[in-house]
Amino acid sequence: MSQRGPFMMGCGAGFSGDRVDAPVSVIEAIATSGRPGAIMFETLAERTLALGHVARRLDPEHGYEPLLEELVGPILARCLRSGIPIVGNFGAANPQAAARRLKQLAAERGLPEPRIAIVEGDDITDSIDLSTEQVFESDAGLLRENATLIAANAYLGARPIAEALLAGAEIVVTGRVADPSLALGPLAAHFGWAWDDLDRLAAGTLAGHLLECGSQVTGGYFADPGFKDVPRPAEIGFPIAEVWEDGRFVITKAPGTGGRVDKRTVTEQILYEMHDPAAYLTPDVTLDITGVSLASDGPDRVVVQGARGHAAPPTLKATVSFEGDWIGEAEISYAGPNALARARLAAATIADRLTLRQLPVKRRLDLIGALSVFDDDAGTLAADAPDAPEIRVRLAVSGQDRRPVEQSLQEVLALLCCGPAGGGGQRQQIRNRIRTVSYLVPRDRVAPRFVFA
Amino acid sequence: MKVALHEIAHARAGDKGNRLNVSVIAYHADLWPMVRDQVTEARVHDLFRHRGATQVKRYELPTLIALNFVIDDALEGGVNASLNLDIHGKSNSFRVLGLEVEVPDAMAGRLAVYRRDPSD
Repeated sequence: MSQRGPFMMGCGAGFSGDRVDAPVSVIEAIATSGRPGAIMFETLAERTLALGHVARRLDPEHGYEPLLEELVGPILARCLRSGIPIVGNFGAANPQAAARRLKQLAAERGLPEPRIAIVEGDDITDSIDLSTEQVFESDAGLLRENATLIAANAYLGARPIAEALLAGAEIVVTGRVADPSLALGPLAAHFGWAWDDLDRLAAGTLAGHLLECGSQVTGGYFADPGFKDVPRPAEIGFPIAEVWEDGRFVITKAPGTGGRVDKRTVTEQILYEMHDPAAYLTPDVTLDITGVSLASDGPDRVVVQGARGHAAPPTLKATVSFEGDWIGEAEISYAGPNALARARLAAATIADRLTLRQLPVKRRLDLIGALSVFDDDAGTLAADAPDAPEIRVRLAVSGQDRRPVEQSLQEVLALLCCGPAGGGGQRQQIRNRIRTVSYLVPRDRVAPRFVFA
Repeated sequence: MKVALHEIAHARAGDKGNRLNVSVIAYHADLWPMVRDQVTEARVHDLFRHRGATQVKRYELPTLIALNFVIDDALEGGVNASLNLDIHGKSNSFRVLGLEVEVPDAMAGRLAVYRRDPSD
């Protein structure tokens, strides 16, 4: 066993839209531990990145994580003073602009200018040739003819992050990198793990996989009252992995925070978005979790060991986003005696109106409170539903053009006068969707690198 | 006696494109054989056939007392295209937990004990 102490790898956000006050207790715990550490931010879903590309085209200073200032501002001074690097994919479609904003944040707080590295090479929008690239296996059905390309980004690995940290970066801003690489980069840099030491790369990747969704390993997305209870869910502490040189690690959270860490929270998150447990593919390594074992190590501490690594896949995954269709939703409520029958009549009336007007949309109807998310995709409402005191009728429609979608929603509004008795609370919204398809790209088409901002 | 799977296991759902995965985890090692033997690919496929699921693959993780189900084409195209309220399919873990399982009568009265805090 190594004589070196553990590295405290914390996570401050698990998606764009996460609790912005979460990083503070993570940094407090790392700084007061007296141990080396780093904090990662994962804020970049597939659609978030595409929206970033659209925003950047409208304004060259936009296109990075909109909550950057709220997430990083409160911890910036402490991280820089305590030597805790910040690594985040909050650069999204515009890491350069994110780096400029971070320098401003430091200046506004009277801090010396931080050394900020930018990881580049993920944006392959201008170089990808979709006619020759291979579509990721389960996404073949998502392809559409003549779709307008928005952006293409390859998933980079941990290496440019580690190299940037070894070159002295205090903040590493990335666009698209594999989520677990945000943890593996700082770990590999700190311990000097070799890029062919597959079991250690696998261990660091598993730690990153457990951290990447933030609170989902510390009691978020977990509570089931009376079965799996979570203390103080409004104050869930975000996770910290205490990682040892040999790859063993403990998942824990800051003292005094809400939430919980136990074998159940960790097991759920190990398998989250996992397909074949023997082959979880990242740009860095193929992770095999079939030999992973967990052990309790006191309250809110779980030891994780046994990750195995195999060679990384020869291709990199790339997310390609296209302009999608229009989706509209409208709802109206019926309550009290015979509410379900009136709601069913409203739904049938909407369906008849759309048919009568021959609107070119795909449609679905829900009876929320009775039958909704578990219904079939045609929304046939055929299953039995118990009568309920309040039913909300929902119409969802999609189409290539905006106008027929708007016209469909207008039929729900019209029920206020023309529909069953007592219909109220009509609301509607319409938005343009982005379509994303995963491709597999040969590694020699992608050139990962870092530069100082 | 028959109980809901929810009494002996917990679950989590995730999505990638049009592919859904649902983990099913026994609350206790003593409950694992019932989960392993009764929550089959075919039964899970039946739960998602009305959504168009084309294939279900089950992985066993005995050291984690867990199963992982990978369900193809059950998300109406996923966040790209779905008209379902739950475009990610996150609520589907509880669809699986609604399955019925048979537990020995001798254990049935003690299921809450098996579900207690696992910190040992």
